[in-house]
Amino acid sequence: MITVKHLCKSYRIAKRSAGFRAACRSLFHREHEIIHALRDISFTIHDGEMVGYIGPNGAGKSSTIKILSGILTPDSGQCCIDGCVPWKNRIRHVQRIGVVFGQRSQLWWDVPVIDSFLLLKDIYAIPDPVYRRNRDELTELLELGELLRTPARQLSLGQRMRCEIAASLLHSPRILFLDEPTIGLDAVSKLAVRDFIRRQNQLHGTTVILTTHDMQDIEALTSRILLIGKGQLLLDKTLNDFQREDLSIDETVAQLYQDYQI
Amino acid sequence: MKKYLSFFRLRFVTGLQYRAAAASGIATQFIWGFLEILVFHAFYEADPSAFPMSLKAAAAYVWLQQSFLALFATWQMDPEILDAIQTGGVAYELCRPIRIYDLWFTKNTAIRISKAVLRCFPILLVAALLPSSYGLCRPAGWMHGLLFLLSLTLGLLVTVSLCTLIQVLSLLTLSPNGLQIIFSSATEFLSGAILPLPFLPQRLRALMELLPFASMQNVPFRIYSGSMTAMEMTRAILLQAVWLLILVLGGQLLCRRVVKKIIIQGG
Repeated sequence: MITVKHLCKSYRIAKRSAGFRAACRSLFHREHEIIHALRDISFTIHDGEMVGYIGPNGAGKSSTIKILSGILTPDSGQCCIDGCVPWKNRIRHVQRIGVVFGQRSQLWWDVPVIDSFLLLKDIYAIPDPVYRRNRDELTELLELGELLRTPARQLSLGQRMRCEIAASLLHSPRILFLDEPTIGLDAVSKLAVRDFIRRQNQLHGTTVILTTHDMQDIEALTSRILLIGKGQLLLDKTLNDFQREDLSIDETVAQLYQDYQI
Repeated sequence: MKKYLSFFRLRFVTGLQYRAAAASGIATQFIWGFLEILVFHAFYEADPSAFPMSLKAAAAYVWLQQSFLALFATWQMDPEILDAIQTGGVAYELCRPIRIYDLWFTKNTAIRISKAVLRCFPILLVAALLPSSYGLCRPAGWMHGLLFLLSLTLGLLVTVSLCTLIQVLSLLTLSPNGLQIIFSSATEFLSGAILPLPFLPQRLRALMELLPFASMQNVPFRIYSGSMTAMEMTRAILLQAVWLLILVLGGQLLCRRVVKKIIIQGG
C-alpha cells in the first residue's frame, strides 16, 4: 500500500532574461525563483491498483514518481510504501519496485540486452529459478526472442522500450512505476506494451502507477485517475466518473485542464 | 558483494572491447617513454652528482609509469559515470538496491584494470629487452617485487578513491568538467606523473610526500628499483593505507549526504 501525506517539494531555479545585458547583469546578481513543484499532495493507493497519474507539462508528475521511487528527498510530508519511507530506506525500498523512465535507458549501451539482464539478476539477487521463469515469461509475452542478443544501442526505440519494461520486471516487483512508457512507440508496440502491463497486473497483482500524456494508455489501463496541476492534487476519480459521452478521452482531459485552469 | 563483482566483470569486459584505443595508447606510451628517458640521459650526462636516483632507477620509473598509465592517469575518468551525472542517467542507479559510492568505486577500478591489462604487457616486454640504462631492469629483489605489487594495488585504490570523490562532488556542481580539470592537473604534478618526486627540492618534496597524491604512483615505482630504504618503504606503504582509509570513508560519508540533496532535472 502506498500512503502519501502532505508531500511538498520546491526547486530553486536561476533565471535571467534573454540577451547580452541580462547575461552580464546576472554575473553579479543572480535572480532565483522558487518553483513549488509539489504542494501538499496526499493520496492512498492500494495493492493491485492501476492508477493513472496525469497532468499538463510541469505539473509535478515526475517529481512525485521520483520521490516515490526513492530518488528524490521531499522538503516535507510523509510517504510510506509497504512499510518503507522511500528516501530513508532507499535500498530496501527499491528492491521491491520496478521503474521505467521512458526518456532514459537502464540497459547497458554497449552490451547485448541479455548481459544487462544478467547484471540485474545479480543486483537484485534474483534466485536462478525465479530469474529463468521471469525471463522466459517476459521474453514470450513481449516477443523479445532475438532482441536479447543484440546490443542495446542497435535496437529501435520500440524494441528497446519492450526490453526496458522486461528489465524492470525481472525481480518480480510488487509495484511498477511507469513514467511515459509508450513515448515514441508505434501502434503495434503500444498495444503490445499495454496488453502486457494489463496481464502483469492481473496475473501477479502488481500495483501500477503510470504517468503519460497518451490518454489511450490511461483509457486502456487504469481504472483510477489522479489529476495533478501546479503541484496540487485536483481530482481523484475513476475514469467513468468524468468521461463525457459526447467527447473523446483527449477532449475530456483538455476540458478538465481548462476547467481547472492548469 | 556479488552485485559489485558483476559490475566489475561487465565493466572489465566492456573495457576489453576497445582494442584500437589500446593499440594507439601503446604507441603513444612508447614514444613518450623514449623521449623522457632521453631527457633523463641528457641531464645525467651534464651532472651525475645532481641526479637524485640512479639512471637505471629513473628508466625503470619511466617504463613502469608508461605501462601502468591507465591505473594512475587521473585525467582519464570513467566517461560512463560522468555521462550518467550530466544526463541524469544516475536516476536509474539510484533506484537499484546498490550503494552509489561502492558502485562507482567498483566501476572505476574495473575500467582502470581492464585498460592497463590491455596495454601493459607489450610495453613491459619491450622495455625489459632494451639495454640496461635505457630499459626496464628487474626488481631490486624478490621482496621489492612483492612490495611493489602490494603498493601498486594500494596506489590504484587511492587513485580510484580520489576519482570517486571527484565524481561524488560532481553531483553537486552539475558539470564535472571544472572539478576534473583542476583535480587532474594538480594530481599530474603532485603525484610525480610529470617528474618523479625525488627530483624536486628537498623541502617541497617532504611536504608533497605526505599528500595523498604521493600515495598513488610515486611509491610503487620507487620501491621497484630499490631507491627507497626498508624504513622508507614501510612508512610509505602505511601512509598509502591510511590515505585509502580516509578517502574511502570520507567519500562514502559525503556520498550519503549528497544523494539526499540530489535533484534529477527534467521529465
